[in-house]
Amino acid sequence: MANRRYTTRTFALEAAMVVAAIIFIFPIYLLVTIAFKERSTWSLDPMAIPLDPTLANFQRAWSDAYLGDALISSIVVVTGSLLVLTFVGSFAAYFLARCRPALSNTLYLFFLLAMILPFQLGLLPLYQMMRDLNLLGSPVSLIVFYAGYQLPFTVFLYTGYIRALPRAYDEAAKIDGASDFQTFLHVIFPMVRPVTGTVLILNCVFIWNDFMTPLLYLQGSSWATIPVAVAAFVDQEITDWGIVFAALLIGVAPVMLLFAILQRRMMEGFAGGLKA
Amino acid sequence: MSIIEAQRMQLAQHRPKTSAWQRLLKWGGVNYMFILPALIIYVAVILLPILRGIDYAFTDWDGLNRTINYIGLANFQRMIGDIQVRSAIGTTLIIAFALVAIKVVFGLLLALVVDSNLKTGNYLRIVFFMPVVLTPIIVSYMWKYIFSNQGPLNLLLNLAGFESLRWLGDPTIALISVIIVTAWQSVGLSMVIFLAGLQAVPPELNEAAVIDGATPLKRLWFITLPLLAPSMTICVVIALIQGLRFFDQIYALTRGGPGYATETLSTMIYRISFQFGEFSYGAAVALTFSLIVALIVLPVMQVLRKREIVHG
Repeated sequence: MANRRYTTRTFALEAAMVVAAIIFIFPIYLLVTIAFKERSTWSLDPMAIPLDPTLANFQRAWSDAYLGDALISSIVVVTGSLLVLTFVGSFAAYFLARCRPALSNTLYLFFLLAMILPFQLGLLPLYQMMRDLNLLGSPVSLIVFYAGYQLPFTVFLYTGYIRALPRAYDEAAKIDGASDFQTFLHVIFPMVRPVTGTVLILNCVFIWNDFMTPLLYLQGSSWATIPVAVAAFVDQEITDWGIVFAALLIGVAPVMLLFAILQRRMMEGFAGGLKA
Repeated sequence: MSIIEAQRMQLAQHRPKTSAWQRLLKWGGVNYMFILPALIIYVAVILLPILRGIDYAFTDWDGLNRTINYIGLANFQRMIGDIQVRSAIGTTLIIAFALVAIKVVFGLLLALVVDSNLKTGNYLRIVFFMPVVLTPIIVSYMWKYIFSNQGPLNLLLNLAGFESLRWLGDPTIALISVIIVTAWQSVGLSMVIFLAGLQAVPPELNEAAVIDGATPLKRLWFITLPLLAPSMTICVVIALIQGLRFFDQIYALTRGGPGYATETLSTMIYRISFQFGEFSYGAAVALTFSLIVALIVLPVMQVLRKREIVHG
């Protein structure tokens, strides 16, 4: 905006926006506070600030919803998927960025197919494939799923960036006797660190938050991830909101923490990364 | 045959032999091992399942039976007569278009306000973006409480002198409630996409317009909005795809109810395939759903792309 002066009108706008923001964020305030209230407190006045907070809800939720197991399960799935996605994705992107243009374009279109053919269609056959391979109920099924599902997006994100790197880097490494793999791992990969950051953040948030896939593949197994474990628990305990909110808060705390540390990075990643 | 030619032939025989296979390996320019893992995963996890999904839509397979019979278009015929599927298509479209409108309008407004010279701009954008990263299923259960009969929302209504509403129990209101939750969670995404677009608007253009006496509204309409066209495309397409596909919010809030008022195609496919075990019918609905998504998203992209201005 060209007008940069701070006038009374700007102040009025600012005040209105702050009020709007407080209303907007109010559900999050409830999410955080109700978990610390006893039944008698939240049922009487759900919106008051908890003056004598209790941790009893958290103890119940933690043990009854098996959130410790779910946390480990989520961490295994997210870490495994991110490892596969980062390496397989960046390797493929290096190939796409550096191979013959004709081959590159063909492969690009080939990967683009996944975005045109909607994945909903593959959900059932993939479920059946996992069942035949005896992978249902194992975190491996989820890692395999996310490695495939998030791959085209990851590849596109990396390819755009690697293409912009001058080939002189590769050639210099080759002259020094480096193989393709050495060139990539020691020269190119360190230079694309910003994309790796975006890839990790976006995929991490997506995989951590995903509910439908683990609901299909892990339901009833001891490997339920956080969203599945929380949903199953909440559906049982739906009347005791104090305990429910404790489970919800534990479940959402890791992403909240990640956001608290990386807000700027995350907003940039979401704004730019989804264009790919 | 001259001596030189003979020598040349001898030399040719001594040249290290490259087989056709080796030449093919070299042809791409980069070692194929870089792309191989990605291709294998992509074909096995994405491409083959999708193709099989299309195939199942024309069979009577129930997911367990050993024998599979091709039954032509019978699944699709059944679908045309299926009132629930028809109502789910309608609901899905209503939700998707409502979400696109809300997210574009409010996302743009938020971006413009947050990007103006407010002192709290940076905090505001963090607040409005935060729900985007939170787990949808967890956020939805939180809203389920807010919407509950004795929940905070009705409490506030009562305090203001109004009757309680059945936020999730009344068919029409339930649909609106689902839209509210989803919009609340994703409007911040539109905001940051527009904010990124605003950074690309050259300040000289606005300054020149101010000198020419253009009002803020005119500057918005003739300068900012046209230059935001690429962000608009991304926003609309993402909102549309999300709106057509979302599942978690309905699973947590209403399970498709009351009745079938909030049943969308994705919850419908889930129920048909995994709860009723009718794999092939589910596949037919999924195939139709995919076609609907493509038929809506692709033309929208075309129209929006045309409005984008190339400037540089």
